[in-house]
Amino acid sequence: MLRFALLRILSAIPTLFLVVVLAFLMVHAAPGGPFDQERVLPPENARNLAAAYHLDEPLPRQFGRYVSRLVRGDLGPSYYYRDHSVSDLIGAALPKSLQLGLLSMALALLVGISAGTTAALKRDTLLDRFVTGFSMTGISVPVFVIAPLLVLVFAVQLRWLPASWSGSAGLDRLLLPVLALSLPQIAYVTRLVRASMIEVLSSDFIRTARAQGLSTMSIIRYHALKPAMLPVVSYLGPATAAVLTGAVVVEIVFGVPGLGQLFVRGALNRDYTLVLGIVIFYAILIILLNLLVDLLYGFLDPRIREA
Amino acid sequence: MKSSPAAVAGEALRLASGGGVRVPAAILLLLVAAALLGPLLSPHDYFTMDLSGRLQPPALEGARLFGTDDLGRDLFVRSMSGARVTLLVAVVASLVSLVIGVTYGALAGYAGGRIDAFMMRMVDALYALPFMFLVILLMVAFERNFLLIFVAIGAINWLDMARIVRGQTLALKQREFVSAAELIGVTPAAIVFRHVVPNLLGVVVVYMTLTIPQAILVESFLSFLGLGVQEPQTSLGALVNDGIAQMERAPWMLLIPATILALVLMSFNFLGDGLRDVLDPRLRER
Repeated sequence: MLRFALLRILSAIPTLFLVVVLAFLMVHAAPGGPFDQERVLPPENARNLAAAYHLDEPLPRQFGRYVSRLVRGDLGPSYYYRDHSVSDLIGAALPKSLQLGLLSMALALLVGISAGTTAALKRDTLLDRFVTGFSMTGISVPVFVIAPLLVLVFAVQLRWLPASWSGSAGLDRLLLPVLALSLPQIAYVTRLVRASMIEVLSSDFIRTARAQGLSTMSIIRYHALKPAMLPVVSYLGPATAAVLTGAVVVEIVFGVPGLGQLFVRGALNRDYTLVLGIVIFYAILIILLNLLVDLLYGFLDPRIREA
Repeated sequence: MKSSPAAVAGEALRLASGGGVRVPAAILLLLVAAALLGPLLSPHDYFTMDLSGRLQPPALEGARLFGTDDLGRDLFVRSMSGARVTLLVAVVASLVSLVIGVTYGALAGYAGGRIDAFMMRMVDALYALPFMFLVILLMVAFERNFLLIFVAIGAINWLDMARIVRGQTLALKQREFVSAAELIGVTPAAIVFRHVVPNLLGVVVVYMTLTIPQAILVESFLSFLGLGVQEPQTSLGALVNDGIAQMERAPWMLLIPATILALVLMSFNFLGDGLRDVLDPRLRER
Protein backbone atom coordinates (compact mmCIF):
# COMPACT_ATOMS: atom_id res chain seq x y z
CA MET A 1 0.00 0.00 0.00
CA LEU A 2 2.83 2.39 0.89
CA ARG A 3 4.68 1.57 -2.33
CA PHE A 4 1.50 2.15 -4.29
CA ALA A 5 1.00 5.53 -2.61
CA LEU A 6 4.60 6.63 -3.18
CA LEU A 7 4.49 5.65 -6.85
CA ARG A 8 1.32 7.66 -7.36
CA ILE A 9 2.77 10.71 -5.63
CA LEU A 10 5.91 10.56 -7.78
CA SER A 11 3.90 10.29 -10.98
CA ALA A 12 1.95 13.43 -10.06
CA ILE A 13 5.09 15.57 -10.21
CA PRO A 14 5.58 15.57 -14.02
CA THR A 15 1.89 16.42 -14.44
CA LEU A 16 2.24 19.40 -12.16
CA PHE A 17 5.37 20.53 -13.99
CA LEU A 18 3.50 20.30 -17.29
CA VAL A 19 0.75 22.53 -15.92
CA VAL A 20 3.24 25.13 -14.72
CA VAL A 21 5.08 25.19 -18.07
CA LEU A 22 1.87 25.40 -20.12
CA ALA A 23 0.29 28.12 -18.01
CA PHE A 24 3.54 30.10 -17.83
CA LEU A 25 4.07 29.99 -21.59
CA MET A 26 0.47 30.92 -22.29
CA VAL A 27 0.61 33.92 -20.01
CA HIS A 28 3.91 35.12 -21.43
CA ALA A 29 3.01 34.53 -25.06
CA ALA A 30 -0.02 36.77 -24.64
CA PRO A 31 0.19 40.08 -26.47
CA GLY A 32 -0.20 43.12 -24.24
CA GLY A 33 1.49 43.52 -20.88
CA PRO A 34 0.11 43.90 -17.37
CA PHE A 35 1.06 47.57 -17.30
CA ASP A 36 -0.64 48.58 -20.55
CA GLN A 37 -2.96 51.43 -19.71
CA GLU A 38 -4.89 54.15 -21.44
CA ARG A 39 -2.09 56.55 -20.64
CA VAL A 40 1.17 55.54 -22.27
CA LEU A 41 4.04 55.54 -19.78
CA PRO A 42 7.26 57.36 -20.61
CA PRO A 43 9.77 54.76 -21.92
CA GLU A 44 12.02 55.38 -18.93
CA ASN A 45 9.28 54.47 -16.45
CA ALA A 46 8.13 51.50 -18.48
CA ARG A 47 11.67 50.16 -18.49
CA ASN A 48 12.02 50.61 -14.73
CA LEU A 49 8.71 48.91 -14.12
CA ALA A 50 9.70 45.97 -16.33
CA ALA A 51 13.04 45.70 -14.56
CA ALA A 52 11.42 45.77 -11.12
CA TYR A 53 9.29 42.76 -12.05
CA HIS A 54 12.13 41.10 -14.03
CA LEU A 55 10.04 41.30 -17.22
CA ASP A 56 13.11 42.41 -19.21
CA GLU A 57 14.94 39.13 -18.73
CA PRO A 58 14.89 36.30 -21.25
CA LEU A 59 11.98 33.88 -20.83
CA PRO A 60 13.95 30.86 -19.51
CA ARG A 61 15.49 33.06 -16.78
CA GLN A 62 12.05 34.34 -15.80
CA PHE A 63 10.74 30.80 -15.73
CA GLY A 64 13.62 29.62 -13.55
CA ARG A 65 13.04 32.51 -11.17
CA TYR A 66 9.31 31.73 -11.03
CA VAL A 67 9.80 28.01 -10.38
CA SER A 68 12.44 28.52 -7.71
CA ARG A 69 10.04 30.83 -5.87
CA LEU A 70 7.14 28.47 -6.49
CA VAL A 71 8.77 25.51 -4.76
CA ARG A 72 9.12 27.72 -1.71
CA GLY A 73 5.40 28.43 -1.89
CA ASP A 74 5.82 32.01 -3.09
CA LEU A 75 3.59 32.90 -6.05
CA GLY A 76 5.06 36.38 -6.47
CA PRO A 77 3.50 39.86 -6.29
CA SER A 78 0.19 40.70 -7.94
CA TYR A 79 0.58 43.04 -10.92
CA TYR A 80 -2.78 44.68 -10.45
CA TYR A 81 -3.33 44.83 -6.71
CA ARG A 82 0.07 46.42 -6.24
CA ASP A 83 0.50 45.98 -2.49
CA HIS A 84 -0.63 42.37 -2.27
CA SER A 85 1.12 39.11 -2.96
CA VAL A 86 -0.72 36.47 -4.97
CA SER A 87 -0.57 34.09 -2.01
CA ASP A 88 -2.31 36.68 0.19
CA LEU A 89 -5.06 37.24 -2.35
CA ILE A 90 -5.65 33.51 -2.76
CA GLY A 91 -5.57 33.06 1.01
CA ALA A 92 -8.22 35.74 1.50
CA ALA A 93 -10.57 34.36 -1.16
CA LEU A 94 -10.08 30.65 -0.45
CA PRO A 95 -12.24 30.23 2.70
CA LYS A 96 -15.41 31.39 0.91
CA SER A 97 -14.81 29.12 -2.06
CA LEU A 98 -13.90 26.24 0.20
CA GLN A 99 -17.11 26.70 2.16
CA LEU A 100 -19.18 26.67 -1.03
CA GLY A 101 -17.31 23.79 -2.61
CA LEU A 102 -17.24 21.47 0.38
CA LEU A 103 -20.88 22.07 1.29
CA SER A 104 -21.95 21.47 -2.30
CA MET A 105 -19.98 18.25 -2.58
CA ALA A 106 -21.31 17.02 0.77
CA LEU A 107 -24.87 17.80 -0.29
CA ALA A 108 -24.32 16.15 -3.67
CA LEU A 109 -22.97 12.95 -2.10
CA LEU A 110 -25.67 12.79 0.57
CA VAL A 111 -28.63 13.38 -1.74
CA GLY A 112 -27.10 11.60 -4.73
CA ILE A 113 -26.26 8.39 -2.87
CA SER A 114 -29.65 8.21 -1.15
CA ALA A 115 -31.61 9.00 -4.31
CA GLY A 116 -29.53 6.65 -6.46
CA THR A 117 -29.87 3.77 -4.01
CA THR A 118 -33.61 4.32 -3.65
CA ALA A 119 -34.05 4.38 -7.42
CA ALA A 120 -32.02 1.17 -7.77
CA LEU A 121 -34.14 -0.59 -5.14
CA LYS A 122 -37.42 0.59 -6.70
CA ARG A 123 -36.21 -0.07 -10.22
CA ASP A 124 -38.69 0.58 -13.05
CA THR A 125 -41.32 2.06 -10.75
CA LEU A 126 -42.74 5.53 -11.14
CA LEU A 127 -40.36 6.79 -8.44
CA ASP A 128 -37.37 5.42 -10.36
CA ARG A 129 -38.56 7.09 -13.58
CA PHE A 130 -38.92 10.36 -11.74
CA VAL A 131 -35.43 10.16 -10.21
CA THR A 132 -33.85 9.16 -13.54
CA GLY A 133 -35.64 11.94 -15.38
CA PHE A 134 -34.60 14.48 -12.79
CA SER A 135 -30.96 13.43 -12.92
CA MET A 136 -30.84 13.53 -16.72
CA THR A 137 -32.32 17.03 -16.62
CA GLY A 138 -29.86 18.07 -13.91
CA ILE A 139 -26.91 16.86 -15.96
CA SER A 140 -28.09 18.79 -18.99
CA VAL A 141 -28.83 22.16 -17.41
CA PRO A 142 -25.65 24.16 -16.84
CA VAL A 143 -24.89 25.98 -13.58
CA PHE A 144 -25.15 29.39 -15.21
CA VAL A 145 -28.76 28.61 -16.12
CA ILE A 146 -29.66 27.12 -12.73
CA ALA A 147 -28.08 29.90 -10.66
CA PRO A 148 -29.99 32.86 -12.17
CA LEU A 149 -33.23 30.81 -12.22
CA LEU A 150 -32.87 30.17 -8.50
CA VAL A 151 -32.31 33.87 -7.93
CA LEU A 152 -35.34 34.72 -10.05
CA VAL A 153 -37.63 32.36 -8.14
CA PHE A 154 -36.38 32.47 -4.54
CA ALA A 155 -34.91 35.95 -4.29
CA VAL A 156 -36.73 38.14 -6.82
CA GLN A 157 -40.22 36.61 -6.89
CA LEU A 158 -40.67 34.94 -3.49
CA ARG A 159 -38.15 37.09 -1.59
CA TRP A 160 -37.29 34.21 0.73
CA LEU A 161 -33.53 34.37 0.41
CA PRO A 162 -30.94 37.05 -0.31
CA ALA A 163 -29.96 37.40 -3.96
CA SER A 164 -26.35 38.20 -3.22
CA TRP A 165 -23.59 37.43 -0.77
CA SER A 166 -23.51 40.96 0.58
CA GLY A 167 -27.28 40.98 1.11
CA SER A 168 -26.96 39.07 4.37
CA ALA A 169 -24.39 38.08 6.94
CA GLY A 170 -26.06 34.89 8.12
CA LEU A 171 -26.03 31.36 6.84
CA ASP A 172 -28.96 32.03 4.49
CA ARG A 173 -26.59 33.67 2.00
CA LEU A 174 -24.96 30.27 1.50
CA LEU A 175 -28.15 28.44 0.64
CA LEU A 176 -28.78 29.47 -2.97
CA PRO A 177 -25.13 29.35 -4.10
CA VAL A 178 -24.66 25.90 -2.58
CA LEU A 179 -27.88 24.66 -4.15
CA ALA A 180 -26.94 26.02 -7.58
CA LEU A 181 -23.48 24.51 -7.38
CA SER A 182 -24.62 21.11 -6.16
CA LEU A 183 -27.67 20.43 -8.35
CA PRO A 184 -25.70 19.17 -11.39
CA GLN A 185 -23.47 17.12 -9.08
CA ILE A 186 -26.49 15.63 -7.30
CA ALA A 187 -27.82 14.62 -10.70
CA TYR A 188 -24.54 13.04 -11.72
CA VAL A 189 -23.95 11.16 -8.47
CA THR A 190 -27.54 9.87 -8.50
CA ARG A 191 -27.03 8.45 -11.98
CA LEU A 192 -23.74 6.82 -11.08
CA VAL A 193 -25.03 5.29 -7.84
CA ARG A 194 -28.23 4.00 -9.44
CA ALA A 195 -26.31 2.22 -12.21
CA SER A 196 -23.65 0.69 -9.98
CA MET A 197 -26.15 -0.24 -7.27
CA ILE A 198 -28.27 -2.12 -9.81
CA GLU A 199 -25.19 -4.03 -10.90
CA VAL A 200 -24.06 -4.82 -7.35
CA LEU A 201 -27.53 -5.85 -6.20
CA SER A 202 -27.73 -8.44 -8.98
CA SER A 203 -24.42 -10.08 -8.03
CA ASP A 204 -24.08 -13.47 -6.35
CA PHE A 205 -22.90 -12.37 -2.91
CA ILE A 206 -25.99 -10.21 -2.49
CA ARG A 207 -28.19 -13.16 -3.40
CA THR A 208 -26.36 -15.17 -0.74
CA ALA A 209 -26.97 -12.43 1.80
CA ARG A 210 -30.66 -12.39 0.85
CA ALA A 211 -30.81 -16.18 1.21
CA GLN A 212 -29.44 -15.84 4.71
CA GLY A 213 -32.47 -13.75 5.50
CA LEU A 214 -30.81 -10.36 5.95
CA SER A 215 -33.08 -7.35 5.67
CA THR A 216 -32.77 -5.05 2.67
CA MET A 217 -31.50 -2.26 4.89
CA SER A 218 -28.63 -4.28 6.32
CA ILE A 219 -27.75 -5.74 2.92
CA ILE A 220 -27.37 -2.22 1.57
CA ARG A 221 -25.49 -1.03 4.61
CA TYR A 222 -23.05 -3.87 5.17
CA HIS A 223 -22.67 -5.45 1.73
CA ALA A 224 -23.80 -3.38 -1.22
CA LEU A 225 -22.82 0.17 -0.34
CA LYS A 226 -19.04 -0.23 -0.34
CA PRO A 227 -18.63 -1.87 -3.76
CA ALA A 228 -21.32 0.39 -5.24
CA MET A 229 -19.33 3.45 -4.19
CA LEU A 230 -16.39 2.74 -6.53
CA PRO A 231 -17.69 4.74 -9.52
CA VAL A 232 -18.59 7.61 -7.20
CA VAL A 233 -15.08 7.65 -5.79
CA SER A 234 -13.52 7.76 -9.24
CA TYR A 235 -15.91 10.56 -10.15
CA LEU A 236 -14.59 12.74 -7.29
CA GLY A 237 -11.66 13.92 -9.42
CA PRO A 238 -13.75 15.20 -12.35
CA ALA A 239 -16.33 16.46 -9.83
CA THR A 240 -13.74 18.72 -8.23
CA ALA A 241 -12.90 20.19 -11.60
CA ALA A 242 -16.61 20.68 -12.33
CA VAL A 243 -17.25 22.32 -8.96
CA LEU A 244 -14.28 24.67 -9.42
CA THR A 245 -15.62 25.70 -12.84
CA GLY A 246 -19.16 25.99 -11.55
CA ALA A 247 -17.93 28.06 -8.63
CA VAL A 248 -16.74 30.71 -11.08
CA VAL A 249 -20.31 31.12 -12.32
CA VAL A 250 -21.92 30.91 -8.90
CA GLU A 251 -19.51 33.41 -7.39
CA ILE A 252 -20.18 35.87 -10.20
CA VAL A 253 -23.98 35.48 -10.11
CA PHE A 254 -24.17 35.80 -6.32
CA GLY A 255 -21.26 38.19 -5.88
CA VAL A 256 -19.25 35.91 -3.61
CA PRO A 257 -15.69 37.29 -3.23
CA GLY A 258 -14.10 33.84 -3.73
CA LEU A 259 -11.36 32.33 -5.88
CA GLY A 260 -13.44 31.98 -9.05
CA GLN A 261 -14.33 35.64 -9.08
CA LEU A 262 -10.74 36.55 -8.28
CA PHE A 263 -9.61 34.47 -11.25
CA VAL A 264 -11.99 36.04 -13.77
CA ARG A 265 -11.22 39.55 -12.54
CA GLY A 266 -7.52 38.78 -12.65
CA ALA A 267 -7.85 37.54 -16.21
CA LEU A 268 -9.77 40.64 -17.31
CA ASN A 269 -7.22 42.91 -15.58
CA ARG A 270 -4.35 41.03 -17.21
CA ASP A 271 -2.99 40.37 -13.74
CA TYR A 272 -0.81 37.55 -15.02
CA THR A 273 0.92 36.49 -11.81
CA LEU A 274 -2.44 36.24 -10.07
CA VAL A 275 -4.00 34.22 -12.87
CA LEU A 276 -0.97 31.97 -13.15
CA GLY A 277 -0.98 31.45 -9.39
CA ILE A 278 -4.65 30.47 -9.32
CA VAL A 279 -4.30 28.06 -12.26
CA ILE A 280 -1.38 26.35 -10.54
CA PHE A 281 -3.28 26.28 -7.26
CA TYR A 282 -6.27 24.64 -8.98
CA ALA A 283 -4.02 22.14 -10.70
CA ILE A 284 -2.45 21.14 -7.39
CA LEU A 285 -5.92 20.76 -5.91
CA ILE A 286 -7.13 18.56 -8.77
CA ILE A 287 -3.95 16.46 -8.77
CA LEU A 288 -4.14 15.99 -5.00
CA LEU A 289 -7.76 14.93 -5.22
CA ASN A 290 -7.01 12.45 -7.97
CA LEU A 291 -4.26 11.07 -5.77
CA LEU A 292 -6.64 10.76 -2.86
CA VAL A 293 -9.15 9.04 -5.12
CA ASP A 294 -6.56 6.49 -6.22
CA LEU A 295 -5.63 5.73 -2.62
CA LEU A 296 -9.27 5.50 -1.57
CA TYR A 297 -9.88 3.19 -4.48
CA GLY A 298 -7.12 0.91 -3.32
CA PHE A 299 -8.69 0.94 0.13
CA LEU A 300 -12.18 0.12 -1.17
CA ASP A 301 -11.12 -2.49 -3.68
CA PRO A 302 -8.16 -4.67 -2.62
CA ARG A 303 -7.84 -6.11 -6.13
CA ILE A 304 -6.52 -2.77 -7.40
CA ARG A 305 -3.91 -2.52 -4.65
CA GLU A 306 -2.40 -5.83 -5.66
CA ALA A 307 -2.15 -5.02 -9.36
CA MET B 1 -16.39 -4.90 -44.29
CA LYS B 2 -16.48 -1.16 -44.39
CA SER B 3 -19.45 0.94 -43.51
CA SER B 4 -19.97 4.62 -44.12
CA PRO B 5 -20.80 6.78 -41.10
CA ALA B 6 -24.12 7.72 -42.69
CA ALA B 7 -25.05 4.06 -43.04
CA VAL B 8 -24.09 3.38 -39.43
CA ALA B 9 -26.08 6.36 -38.18
CA GLY B 10 -29.03 5.32 -40.34
CA GLU B 11 -28.84 1.77 -39.05
CA ALA B 12 -28.69 3.05 -35.49
CA LEU B 13 -31.73 5.22 -36.05
CA ARG B 14 -33.63 2.35 -37.63
CA LEU B 15 -32.85 0.04 -34.74
CA ALA B 16 -34.00 2.54 -32.17
CA SER B 17 -37.67 1.77 -32.48
CA GLY B 18 -38.48 3.16 -29.04
CA GLY B 19 -38.89 6.83 -28.26
CA GLY B 20 -35.39 6.96 -26.76
CA VAL B 21 -33.84 8.34 -29.91
CA ARG B 22 -36.78 9.64 -31.91
CA VAL B 23 -38.00 12.29 -29.51
CA PRO B 24 -34.67 14.07 -28.92
CA ALA B 25 -33.81 13.72 -32.62
CA ALA B 26 -37.11 15.33 -33.58
CA ILE B 27 -36.65 18.17 -31.07
CA LEU B 28 -33.14 18.81 -32.36
CA LEU B 29 -34.26 18.83 -36.00
CA LEU B 30 -37.00 21.30 -35.12
CA LEU B 31 -34.57 23.54 -33.26
CA VAL B 32 -32.04 23.45 -36.08
CA ALA B 33 -34.76 24.26 -38.62
CA ALA B 34 -36.01 27.14 -36.45
CA ALA B 35 -32.47 28.45 -35.97
CA LEU B 36 -31.84 28.38 -39.72
CA LEU B 37 -35.25 29.53 -41.00
CA GLY B 38 -36.60 31.60 -38.09
CA PRO B 39 -34.58 34.74 -38.76
CA LEU B 40 -35.61 34.62 -42.45
CA LEU B 41 -39.32 34.47 -41.63
CA SER B 42 -39.31 37.26 -39.07
CA PRO B 43 -39.59 40.88 -40.27
CA HIS B 44 -36.87 41.81 -37.75
CA ASP B 45 -33.11 41.27 -37.62
CA TYR B 46 -30.77 40.55 -34.73
CA PHE B 47 -28.93 43.87 -34.52
CA THR B 48 -31.39 46.72 -35.21
CA MET B 49 -32.18 48.60 -32.02
CA ASP B 50 -35.55 50.17 -31.36
CA LEU B 51 -35.17 52.48 -28.41
CA SER B 52 -38.90 53.24 -28.27
CA GLY B 53 -39.73 49.51 -27.98
CA ARG B 54 -37.39 48.33 -25.26
CA LEU B 55 -38.13 45.41 -22.93
CA GLN B 56 -41.43 44.53 -24.58
CA PRO B 57 -42.89 41.25 -23.29
CA PRO B 58 -43.58 38.49 -25.82
CA ALA B 59 -46.60 39.28 -28.01
CA LEU B 60 -48.01 38.35 -31.39
CA GLU B 61 -48.49 42.01 -32.14
CA GLY B 62 -45.70 43.35 -34.34
CA ALA B 63 -44.33 39.79 -34.65
CA ARG B 64 -42.43 40.12 -31.34
CA LEU B 65 -42.84 36.44 -30.48
CA PHE B 66 -40.22 36.49 -27.70
CA GLY B 67 -40.44 40.20 -26.92
CA THR B 68 -37.49 42.59 -27.10
CA ASP B 69 -34.32 43.13 -25.08
CA ASP B 70 -33.06 46.17 -23.20
CA LEU B 71 -31.92 47.77 -26.47
CA GLY B 72 -35.20 47.03 -28.25
CA ARG B 73 -33.73 44.25 -30.37
CA ASP B 74 -36.03 41.38 -31.35
CA LEU B 75 -35.46 38.49 -28.97
CA PHE B 76 -36.88 35.82 -31.27
CA VAL B 77 -34.39 36.55 -34.02
CA ARG B 78 -31.60 37.00 -31.49
CA SER B 79 -32.39 33.65 -29.85
CA MET B 80 -32.45 31.89 -33.19
CA SER B 81 -29.25 33.43 -34.48
CA GLY B 82 -27.71 32.81 -31.05
CA ALA B 83 -28.70 29.15 -31.30
CA ARG B 84 -27.17 29.10 -34.77
CA VAL B 85 -23.84 30.43 -33.45
CA THR B 86 -23.89 28.04 -30.49
CA LEU B 87 -24.59 25.01 -32.68
CA LEU B 88 -22.00 26.04 -35.25
CA VAL B 89 -19.30 26.51 -32.63
CA ALA B 90 -20.21 23.19 -31.04
CA VAL B 91 -20.17 21.20 -34.28
CA VAL B 92 -16.90 22.68 -35.48
CA ALA B 93 -15.27 22.25 -32.07
CA SER B 94 -16.44 18.64 -31.97
CA LEU B 95 -14.95 18.06 -35.41
CA VAL B 96 -11.63 19.45 -34.20
CA SER B 97 -11.68 17.18 -31.16
CA LEU B 98 -12.73 14.29 -33.38
CA VAL B 99 -9.80 14.73 -35.74
CA ILE B 100 -7.27 15.05 -32.91
CA GLY B 101 -8.82 12.31 -30.77
CA VAL B 102 -9.28 9.75 -33.54
CA THR B 103 -5.79 10.27 -34.95
CA TYR B 104 -4.15 10.12 -31.53
CA GLY B 105 -6.19 7.18 -30.27
CA ALA B 106 -5.86 5.12 -33.44
CA LEU B 107 -2.10 5.69 -33.63
CA ALA B 108 -1.59 4.79 -29.96
CA GLY B 109 -3.77 1.70 -30.20
CA TYR B 110 -2.21 0.50 -33.43
CA ALA B 111 1.38 1.18 -32.31
CA GLY B 112 0.80 -0.67 -29.04
CA GLY B 113 3.50 -1.50 -26.50
CA ARG B 114 5.66 1.25 -25.08
CA ILE B 115 4.50 3.94 -27.49
CA ASP B 116 0.91 3.23 -26.55
CA ALA B 117 1.71 3.25 -22.84
CA PHE B 118 3.54 6.56 -23.14
CA MET B 119 0.82 8.21 -25.25
CA MET B 120 -1.86 7.14 -22.81
CA ARG B 121 0.14 8.37 -19.82
CA MET B 122 0.20 11.75 -21.59
CA VAL B 123 -3.59 11.64 -21.85
CA ASP B 124 -3.82 10.81 -18.14
CA ALA B 125 -1.57 13.76 -17.31
CA LEU B 126 -3.64 16.10 -19.48
CA TYR B 127 -6.79 15.05 -17.67
CA ALA B 128 -5.43 16.70 -14.53
CA LEU B 129 -5.11 20.11 -16.19
CA PRO B 130 -7.63 22.72 -15.11
CA PHE B 131 -8.67 23.14 -18.75
CA MET B 132 -11.48 25.60 -18.30
CA PHE B 133 -9.11 28.01 -16.66
CA LEU B 134 -6.47 27.63 -19.34
CA VAL B 135 -9.14 28.38 -21.93
CA ILE B 136 -10.20 31.51 -20.08
CA LEU B 137 -6.54 32.52 -20.02
CA LEU B 138 -6.29 31.84 -23.74
CA MET B 139 -9.40 33.87 -24.53
CA VAL B 140 -8.24 36.85 -22.52
CA ALA B 141 -4.70 36.70 -23.85
CA PHE B 142 -5.65 36.41 -27.50
CA GLU B 143 -8.43 38.94 -27.67
CA ARG B 144 -11.42 36.67 -28.08
CA ASN B 145 -10.64 35.45 -31.55
CA PHE B 146 -13.74 33.62 -32.79
CA LEU B 147 -11.70 30.96 -34.56
CA LEU B 148 -9.74 30.37 -31.39
CA ILE B 149 -12.92 29.42 -29.52
CA PHE B 150 -13.35 26.44 -31.85
CA VAL B 151 -9.77 25.35 -31.51
CA ALA B 152 -9.65 25.82 -27.75
CA ILE B 153 -12.84 23.87 -27.14
CA GLY B 154 -11.75 21.15 -29.55
CA ALA B 155 -8.43 20.94 -27.77
CA ILE B 156 -10.22 20.23 -24.49
CA ASN B 157 -12.57 17.57 -25.68
CA TRP B 158 -10.33 15.18 -27.56
CA LEU B 159 -9.13 13.24 -24.52
CA ASP B 160 -12.25 11.06 -24.09
CA MET B 161 -12.39 10.44 -27.81
CA ALA B 162 -8.74 9.35 -27.85
CA ARG B 163 -9.36 6.85 -25.05
CA ILE B 164 -12.39 5.31 -26.69
CA VAL B 165 -10.80 5.12 -30.12
CA ARG B 166 -7.66 3.53 -28.70
CA GLY B 167 -9.69 0.83 -26.98
CA GLN B 168 -11.58 0.06 -30.17
CA THR B 169 -8.36 0.04 -32.19
CA LEU B 170 -6.78 -2.50 -29.87
CA ALA B 171 -9.70 -4.83 -30.58
CA LEU B 172 -9.73 -4.16 -34.33
CA LYS B 173 -6.00 -4.83 -34.60
CA GLN B 174 -6.64 -8.52 -33.90
CA ARG B 175 -9.02 -8.89 -36.82
CA GLU B 176 -8.14 -10.79 -39.99
CA PHE B 177 -8.45 -7.90 -42.41
CA VAL B 178 -5.72 -6.01 -40.58
CA SER B 179 -3.41 -9.03 -40.65
CA ALA B 180 -4.20 -9.46 -44.33
CA ALA B 181 -3.31 -5.85 -45.03
CA GLU B 182 -0.05 -6.25 -43.11
CA LEU B 183 0.71 -9.42 -45.06
CA ILE B 184 0.43 -7.76 -48.46
CA GLY B 185 2.69 -4.94 -47.27
CA VAL B 186 0.30 -2.03 -46.73
CA THR B 187 2.12 0.72 -44.80
CA PRO B 188 1.14 1.20 -41.13
CA ALA B 189 -0.19 4.71 -41.82
CA ALA B 190 -2.43 3.39 -44.59
CA ILE B 191 -3.67 0.57 -42.37
CA VAL B 192 -4.58 3.01 -39.63
CA PHE B 193 -6.34 5.56 -41.80
CA ARG B 194 -7.79 3.34 -44.57
CA HIS B 195 -8.72 0.23 -42.64
CA VAL B 196 -8.90 0.90 -38.91
CA VAL B 197 -10.41 4.39 -38.77
CA PRO B 198 -13.35 3.75 -41.14
CA ASN B 199 -14.38 0.83 -38.94
CA LEU B 200 -14.37 3.09 -35.89
CA LEU B 201 -16.79 5.61 -37.33
CA GLY B 202 -19.90 4.10 -35.77
CA VAL B 203 -18.58 4.55 -32.25
CA VAL B 204 -17.15 7.94 -33.16
CA VAL B 205 -20.46 9.23 -34.48
CA VAL B 206 -22.20 8.20 -31.27
CA TYR B 207 -19.57 9.82 -29.10
CA MET B 208 -19.75 12.96 -31.15
CA THR B 209 -23.37 13.39 -30.12
CA LEU B 210 -22.02 13.35 -26.57
CA THR B 211 -19.10 15.74 -27.18
CA ILE B 212 -21.33 18.31 -28.88
CA PRO B 213 -23.21 19.17 -25.66
CA GLN B 214 -19.88 19.43 -23.84
CA ALA B 215 -18.66 21.87 -26.46
CA ILE B 216 -21.92 23.82 -26.19
CA LEU B 217 -21.37 24.07 -22.44
CA VAL B 218 -17.87 25.44 -22.85
CA GLU B 219 -18.92 27.95 -25.48
CA SER B 220 -21.88 29.21 -23.48
CA PHE B 221 -19.76 29.33 -20.33
CA LEU B 222 -17.24 31.56 -22.12
CA SER B 223 -19.99 33.73 -23.58
CA PHE B 224 -21.54 33.93 -20.13
CA LEU B 225 -18.28 35.37 -18.81
CA GLY B 226 -18.30 37.85 -21.68
CA LEU B 227 -15.34 36.14 -23.33
CA GLY B 228 -17.18 34.47 -26.20
CA VAL B 229 -18.81 35.98 -29.28
CA GLN B 230 -18.77 39.74 -29.67
CA GLU B 231 -21.75 42.10 -29.84
CA PRO B 232 -23.97 42.52 -31.79
CA GLN B 233 -23.48 38.85 -32.58
CA THR B 234 -24.78 36.60 -29.88
CA SER B 235 -24.98 33.03 -28.65
CA LEU B 236 -27.29 31.28 -26.21
CA GLY B 237 -24.80 31.71 -23.37
CA ALA B 238 -24.41 35.42 -24.09
CA LEU B 239 -28.22 35.80 -24.17
CA VAL B 240 -28.52 34.11 -20.78
CA ASN B 241 -25.92 36.52 -19.47
CA ASP B 242 -27.88 39.51 -20.86
CA GLY B 243 -31.03 38.03 -19.33
CA ILE B 244 -29.51 37.88 -15.85
CA ALA B 245 -28.91 41.62 -15.90
CA GLN B 246 -32.59 42.30 -16.71
CA MET B 247 -34.27 39.47 -14.87
CA GLU B 248 -36.20 41.62 -12.42
CA ARG B 249 -37.78 43.81 -15.09
CA ALA B 250 -37.90 41.36 -18.00
CA PRO B 251 -37.78 37.71 -16.85
CA TRP B 252 -38.47 36.46 -20.39
CA MET B 253 -35.03 37.70 -21.43
CA LEU B 254 -33.58 35.06 -19.10
CA LEU B 255 -36.22 32.34 -19.35
CA ILE B 256 -36.41 32.02 -23.14
CA PRO B 257 -32.73 31.58 -24.01
CA ALA B 258 -32.18 29.48 -20.86
CA THR B 259 -34.97 27.12 -21.92
CA ILE B 260 -33.66 26.81 -25.47
CA LEU B 261 -30.15 26.12 -24.20
CA ALA B 262 -31.38 23.49 -21.74
CA LEU B 263 -33.52 21.89 -24.46
CA VAL B 264 -30.59 21.66 -26.87
CA LEU B 265 -28.29 20.16 -24.23
CA MET B 266 -30.91 17.70 -23.03
CA SER B 267 -31.75 16.55 -26.54
CA PHE B 268 -28.11 15.91 -27.39
CA ASN B 269 -27.53 14.02 -24.13
CA PHE B 270 -30.62 11.86 -24.58
CA LEU B 271 -29.78 11.26 -28.25
CA GLY B 272 -26.21 10.26 -27.43
CA ASP B 273 -27.36 7.97 -24.64
CA GLY B 274 -29.99 6.38 -26.85
CA LEU B 275 -27.59 5.85 -29.74
CA ARG B 276 -25.02 4.32 -27.42
CA ASP B 277 -27.61 1.90 -26.11
CA VAL B 278 -28.50 0.91 -29.66
CA LEU B 279 -24.88 0.42 -30.63
CA ASP B 280 -23.85 -1.41 -27.49
CA PRO B 281 -26.75 -2.90 -25.53
CA ARG B 282 -24.31 -4.06 -22.86
CA LEU B 283 -23.84 -0.45 -21.79
CA ARG B 284 -27.54 0.04 -21.13
CA GLU B 285 -28.40 1.01 -17.56
CA ARG B 286 -25.16 2.87 -17.17
